[in-house]
Amino acid sequence: MTATDVPISAEGNPIGFGRMHRKEDARFLRGAGTYVDDVNLPGMLHGAILRSPIAHARITGIDTSAAEAHPKVKAVITGETLEGLGLAWMPTLSQDTQSVLCTDKVRFQGQEVAFVIAEDKYSARDALQLIDVDYEPLDAVVDAKHALDDDAPIVRDDLEGRTDNHIYDWEAGDAAKCDEVFSNAEVVVTQEMLYPRVHPAPMETCGSVASMDPISGKLTIWTTTQAPHAHRTLYALVAGLPEHKIQVISPDIGGGFGNKVGIYPGYVCSIVGSIVTGKPVKWMEDRSENLMSTSFARDYHMTGSIAATKDGKILGLKVDVLADHGAFNGVAQPTKFPAGFFHIFTGSYDYDAAHCNVTAVYTNKAPGGVAYACSFRVTEAVYLVERMIDCLADELGMDPAELRMKNLLKPEQFPYTTPTGWEYDSGDYPRALEEAMRIAGYDDLRAEQAEVRRAYEAGESSKLMGIGISFFTEGVGAGPRKHMDILGLGMADGCELRIHPTGKAVVRLSVQSQGQGHETTFAQIISHELGIPPEDIDVVHGDTDNTPFGLGTYGSRSTPVSGAAAAVVARRVKDKSRIIAAAALECSPDDLEWDHGRWFVKGDPDNAKTIQDIAMAAHSSLELPEGVEGHLDATAVYDPPELTYPFGAYICVTDVDAGTGEVKVRRFIAVDDCGPRINPMIVEGQVHGGVADGIGMALMEVIAFERDGTNLGGSFMDYLLPTSMECPSYELGETVTPSPHHPLGVKGVGESATVGSPAAVVNSVLDAIGVRAADMPLTPAAVWRAMQGSPLRTDLALE
Amino acid sequence: MQVKMTVNGEEREADVEARMLLVHYLRDELGLTGTHWGCDTSNCGTCTVAVDGQAVKSCTMLAAMAGGRDVETVEGVAVDGQLDPVQEGFMREHGLQCGFCTPGMIMTARWLLARDPDPDEATIREAISGNLCRCTGYENIVRAVRWAAEHPEGATDAEEVSA
Repeated sequence: MTATDVPISAEGNPIGFGRMHRKEDARFLRGAGTYVDDVNLPGMLHGAILRSPIAHARITGIDTSAAEAHPKVKAVITGETLEGLGLAWMPTLSQDTQSVLCTDKVRFQGQEVAFVIAEDKYSARDALQLIDVDYEPLDAVVDAKHALDDDAPIVRDDLEGRTDNHIYDWEAGDAAKCDEVFSNAEVVVTQEMLYPRVHPAPMETCGSVASMDPISGKLTIWTTTQAPHAHRTLYALVAGLPEHKIQVISPDIGGGFGNKVGIYPGYVCSIVGSIVTGKPVKWMEDRSENLMSTSFARDYHMTGSIAATKDGKILGLKVDVLADHGAFNGVAQPTKFPAGFFHIFTGSYDYDAAHCNVTAVYTNKAPGGVAYACSFRVTEAVYLVERMIDCLADELGMDPAELRMKNLLKPEQFPYTTPTGWEYDSGDYPRALEEAMRIAGYDDLRAEQAEVRRAYEAGESSKLMGIGISFFTEGVGAGPRKHMDILGLGMADGCELRIHPTGKAVVRLSVQSQGQGHETTFAQIISHELGIPPEDIDVVHGDTDNTPFGLGTYGSRSTPVSGAAAAVVARRVKDKSRIIAAAALECSPDDLEWDHGRWFVKGDPDNAKTIQDIAMAAHSSLELPEGVEGHLDATAVYDPPELTYPFGAYICVTDVDAGTGEVKVRRFIAVDDCGPRINPMIVEGQVHGGVADGIGMALMEVIAFERDGTNLGGSFMDYLLPTSMECPSYELGETVTPSPHHPLGVKGVGESATVGSPAAVVNSVLDAIGVRAADMPLTPAAVWRAMQGSPLRTDLALE
Repeated sequence: MQVKMTVNGEEREADVEARMLLVHYLRDELGLTGTHWGCDTSNCGTCTVAVDGQAVKSCTMLAAMAGGRDVETVEGVAVDGQLDPVQEGFMREHGLQCGFCTPGMIMTARWLLARDPDPDEATIREAISGNLCRCTGYENIVRAVRWAAEHPEGATDAEEVSA
């Protein structure tokens, strides 16, 4: 099922782009993957973290003596121990600081208080019970809407001069112009909405195995990280360890979704534990620890306003956001953009003016903010605009598809600069929406819906049916060095390629897969460029000693950035191969033409050298032109000139039981345009997973809190992930609009469906029940309440 | 306490704590790390193994409770290095991404097919509903199980591919 012009290798794989089975599957299917918890070293000890049971309390004493007396306990580390090493606090990825082990007061339920190291993991957890901590409870601030009240408890009194919970205000767009557009508009619709706190919850929790070699002074850490090189540099900067003596290995990773970008206190504790004990120390969190303490996502309270003419021409969009960052600002995103890429909230439409303001606050909740496949908050942005479009359609009594079609950017407007400064590279938006409507059979669905509603209103049935649309544009592939860095580290990616004498290749990437199939996709990129069969190309990743520097896999950046680096490095090899082929064929390089893995003399196609011939010649005694070195290796660093902008049109069909509020997703149509597809099978898999994420967020997932800060989403009994029963079979379509500035034209797809799908599901449910707005998750109770007239929730579970 | 059981066809015996979970016994004592662990509440199913042919979440069972029983883990599924039809179905239909839920899914799917060799989509969805996957959205897992149902002897020559 490969494209017809792609040759097929001896093993049946496309030599280039096309469907092929994944190279990494062989080990995963046999249970032979190596995840962090599968790493076991001689003499290894096990760590466990004592966490705060309350959200806000001053610690007045910690007695670890009983734990230390446990026969299998080797050490107990507290904040005091770390203070002596200068490691009690660590920097976050947003220029804030975060407590590693508490020294003063706990600021969220689940915060790290002490670290026990024992001979086995059961004993380590037994010993946690033996630690006696005196807590002096404090009032907690849990609802972001009250975080800036005069009498709100101050979360971060550790920060010099801090007298409130305000973190930052940030704005984009033209407020004055926006006000003018709104004051003259015929129609203005304003809507409050909450994108509630959710959690990436990868199936593998976070953990690390740290091993400090006391003789060489080398620290090796196997850890669940999406960004091994960034972690290495941060350990060097924070802990003062020499960077060449730190090896970060990110082995097989059981899903990331943004959860494994940052550095967690447990990683630091395992490192300190290994230094203190002289033994390797493993720390692996359990599921409750993962849900309660590691990077959450969203928690954006948004108030949007949209201005339009009476006949549905959109004129302006503005939004005020209150962002709940929890106890420490631990957001991972480019420095210049404290609210991530949220200012892409104008989405896929044309406006006269737009403006957003984001105010961020501290609360007594777990830190984090950017995670869960959000593309640096594009998820929140897309949800805002796609909900506002539906609110406007409701106000105007217009079909939401018609309203979108009327206002979508036109192909001839690209490259298009948005009112908030993004430069979209390419797109044909109406074509994507038309394709989604064609697959859905949109008009027939509306006719069926009318009949369902008639029967409901006649009292013949309790069933309702909804049709929801979402159109998204993402900006991914962060990012251009001129605009983007994280803690001062530019976001370019390195890549190295070696062609061995027999023509087999090894490519070394700076990014790390958490399931995206890099070992296959990147082999296909090299194969596409050089004509080497993908089975002859090994991909090395996830080990800082054996790969070039780069900032890692998140924000859908692997193919847009590292994929480009791989194409560039392959083209360097190809350029050199031409010179070597010319030397071997005794002609000028200008006389050669390339055809699927071979250089041939123009007009004499049989007079040729394959890339394999050339590889051997490059390593042989063949005389090379002056200045040309032997061998066939190359390196590259790719600095993306701009972001890439994948887009898509999604339609969700739901059936809703008006009596119980239960929602069933009947159909989900996803038309994605991510440029050319390197491996369509893998792309489709990414879309499937993202749609399931969207269904989960829209209908099931939320991390709620009691008013005292008690986490109500701390296990899979409470934090509900979609199962096979909630997910439909997906109906996919595609359009292809290449990026003009990416060497392969590809745009990235890892987060597209997670970004685009939640609004489609919510729009569908609200379309069914005939309510303009209600907040996620649309559980049966929430749907039922919305139908009774109370659609909005706060982030508190208590009513 | 001493526990003795058959694991992937081999007699295994060890001295373990009475409270040790079967999942930890398999992973930490026997080094069979293909069986994963993903939650504290028996929701996720990544630890699913077969005990006397029944799919069991091995975090719900003490090692001692498996004494005298026949336990099969994902490591025991491929025979002489050749993938079982279920494993092959997962590869062909792209039924896995990060691979973490995959061993549990495979063990559950084998249990289903042993009871019902020709399950329809709804039956498959119900059977795997105790196994969570965060990557695939389940559709390709359903297809993988259907592939295995349609190919009880594995791929035909015409369909042969590298694994």
